[in-house]
Amino acid sequence: MIHLLGPYLLASALVGLGVAGIAARRNAVLLLVGIELVLSGSLVLLVATQAAGADRWAAGSVLPLFVITIAAAEVVVALAVVLLVFRLRGTIDLDAPSAREDVS
Amino acid sequence: MTALDTAFAASGVLAVVGGLLAVTTRHVVHAALWLVVALLGVAGSLLVLGAELVALVLVLVYVGAVVVLVLFALMLTRAPIGPDLAHAVGPWRAVGAGLLGLATAGLLASVLVPLADGSVSRAEISTDQVAEQLFGTWVWPFELLSLLLLAALVGALTVARRPDPGGTAS
Repeated sequence: MIHLLGPYLLASALVGLGVAGIAARRNAVLLLVGIELVLSGSLVLLVATQAAGADRWAAGSVLPLFVITIAAAEVVVALAVVLLVFRLRGTIDLDAPSAREDVS
Repeated sequence: MTALDTAFAASGVLAVVGGLLAVTTRHVVHAALWLVVALLGVAGSLLVLGAELVALVLVLVYVGAVVVLVLFALMLTRAPIGPDLAHAVGPWRAVGAGLLGLATAGLLASVLVPLADGSVSRAEISTDQVAEQLFGTWVWPFELLSLLLLAALVGALTVARRPDPGGTAS
């Protein structure tokens, strides 16, 4: 027997922490840390629905696997873009003005 | 409080504390390492909820691959060893981000908590059943996922590759 309040509160807390991290960080790589926290909150919620017995086709186990895979692909592409930006501009500060603003 | 509730609370506290330190620490490398702690806590809570396969895949993919990638990216972008003063944010922005996170968590909790009607007996989904469904019902999304991974691999390689000095690339 397990009470469903715990998983729901944990999912809310993780998503809140992730959103706070996304809003607070200026380092483009650390932005991804916040995104990972939001996604892990969604994983907890999906698995909690399975534990409550409210899923068909084992969706509570299969959909988290899909989320994990898509998140890994997303991180790979995002880090490639960050590395390219660092090579072109020499900074990964998200608050830095863009090149177009520098010209005008 | 059953034993499962206690175990879930322990791993949940570990996940929340790790996540809190991951988003608040000023050492960039420490942030990635606290993310490991948070993800291990999440994996523990998934284990308590009865999804062993998801917990193991989470540890393998997130802790094994994603955090290592993040650490590599931090090194390649010349992260400082000590506190990251170049990317420090002002107090107003930190307070605003905290309020935004609290508002999001409060909104989600206010929607979800009324749905938690008492204790449920944990549904046992064995790995055999997951495999049967994954390669039965979900086989086409699963194949599409392999295409997505291939596209991400090729795309990341194309984006991050150094430009050809000779200019021979089309």
